[in-house]
Amino acid sequence: MDVAQQTVPDTDLAGRRRCAGLLAGATLNEIRAAWDTLAEKPEARPVRGPETGLVMVRGRIGGGGSPFNLGEATVTRATVALASGTVGHAQALGTDKDKARLSAIFDALWQEEASRDFVETAILAPVETRLAAEEAQKAEETAATRVDFFTMVRGDD
Amino acid sequence: MYVAVKGGEAAITNAHRLLADRRRGDRSLPSVTIDQIAEQLGLAVDRVMAEASLYDRSLAALAVRQSRGDLIEAIFLLRAYRTTLPRFGSSVPLDTADMQVERRVSATYKDLPGGQLLGPTFDYTHRLLDPSLLSDEAVEEPARREAGEEAIMRVSDILAHEGLIEADGDLPQDQPAGDLTREPLEFPMSRDLRLQALARGDEGFLLALGYSTQRGYGRNHPFVGEVRIGEVEVEMDIPELGFAVSLGRIRVTECQMVNQFKGSSKAPPQFTRGYGLVFGQNERKAMSMSLVDRALRAEELGEDITAPAQDEEFVISHSDNVQATGFVEHLKLPHYVDFQAELAMVRKMRADIEAARNGENEMKDAAE
Repeated sequence: MDVAQQTVPDTDLAGRRRCAGLLAGATLNEIRAAWDTLAEKPEARPVRGPETGLVMVRGRIGGGGSPFNLGEATVTRATVALASGTVGHAQALGTDKDKARLSAIFDALWQEEASRDFVETAILAPVETRLAAEEAQKAEETAATRVDFFTMVRGDD
Repeated sequence: MYVAVKGGEAAITNAHRLLADRRRGDRSLPSVTIDQIAEQLGLAVDRVMAEASLYDRSLAALAVRQSRGDLIEAIFLLRAYRTTLPRFGSSVPLDTADMQVERRVSATYKDLPGGQLLGPTFDYTHRLLDPSLLSDEAVEEPARREAGEEAIMRVSDILAHEGLIEADGDLPQDQPAGDLTREPLEFPMSRDLRLQALARGDEGFLLALGYSTQRGYGRNHPFVGEVRIGEVEVEMDIPELGFAVSLGRIRVTECQMVNQFKGSSKAPPQFTRGYGLVFGQNERKAMSMSLVDRALRAEELGEDITAPAQDEEFVISHSDNVQATGFVEHLKLPHYVDFQAELAMVRKMRADIEAARNGENEMKDAAE
């Protein structure tokens, strides 16, 4: 099967994006824990990787102008195919190959009706909750360092 | 002429063994872990990532450990590692307006949307050594306060409403961003390539150049419009999927320098801008970068080029500390044959001068 030919229906696009983003944001421990609770481990044939490479991270001149190359980041990616033929992809910053391989399997499982709920409840929802909690905590810690200016009352008039 | 000389293998092996020993240090002390370096020496790790031009906290921490804390050596290690990896592609350009801000200050507006957020800063500390850090005393949890919903607006957007500030920099249409890791440097270069070079440039070198502009060598009247530090999403288009997905988040520091400009034959009086963007938390580097970026725009803005910081070829050719250390440090490698040749030449010159002098004296004697 030509991996590049695989297309995604529009309706699933937002869901697939969210799934890929949350898997990228998950830790290996979170992904392993979900994998361990999976009753029947699917057979997954490696199609590509896991392999580590680089992504050139781009910025924009002045913040919003033309793109420029800021520097590279390590990225690890994997593609797997389930016995059913469903292909899963994963890619995340860092060099963790186990995380990429298991994430690709979860990406494939998410696409199958029968296992989507499992992926949602075992991995995506907990990761989403953790990320939101971390973000909220950081925002509150930063907010506590906000300067509240006040004007001293002047002596004359 | 090169002459093959053998020898030194045993000395080199033993030197590296000794290096490993000194790196480990006193065995009665626990060994420092990669996680400890990444967590507790995080700003050293950030500097290594920025100047190696490779974002990976664990590998940068490993490099810091391996180099015994010699950060330029660590940068060199990470740069070398980078060359072993294939490139998968380029990210979607970062959206720094959408950053999860951890610090944001402006020197140009007191009350601005989002406010002045000091974050984890060294500013306002008294720079007194803290004896409590001699031991491992418990550290308080950070204070918390409800976060506002208000967007943390860019300062450049606030000024843009009045039309008194130039826009974000745009390259000519269809000009793809240059990449100095793929093409040799050529001067003059466009601003995108300069920013790439400055983003990986040596912090000390850029700091000194930025400082030189403040002291009058290419003065450019800067104000910090804004410095912001925080995490941004890195997204990449995945051809197999046909859309962009998030790869995770990285921390960056951005500086928008706003420079008063009295106008020239090429541009009216307005505020011009210098831009700095750096991997990790490093506002000294981001600020220096934006000062130097602005200085290097002298020609574009029709200013006289009078100072080192405005000289593109000088600045960009000498900003890379891996190149610089390679060339400076190679001087200590064997130059035995070169030196023998020089020695022979100096001896000959000396002998020639003495012979000439003796000849003159003999002539004088004969004349007398």
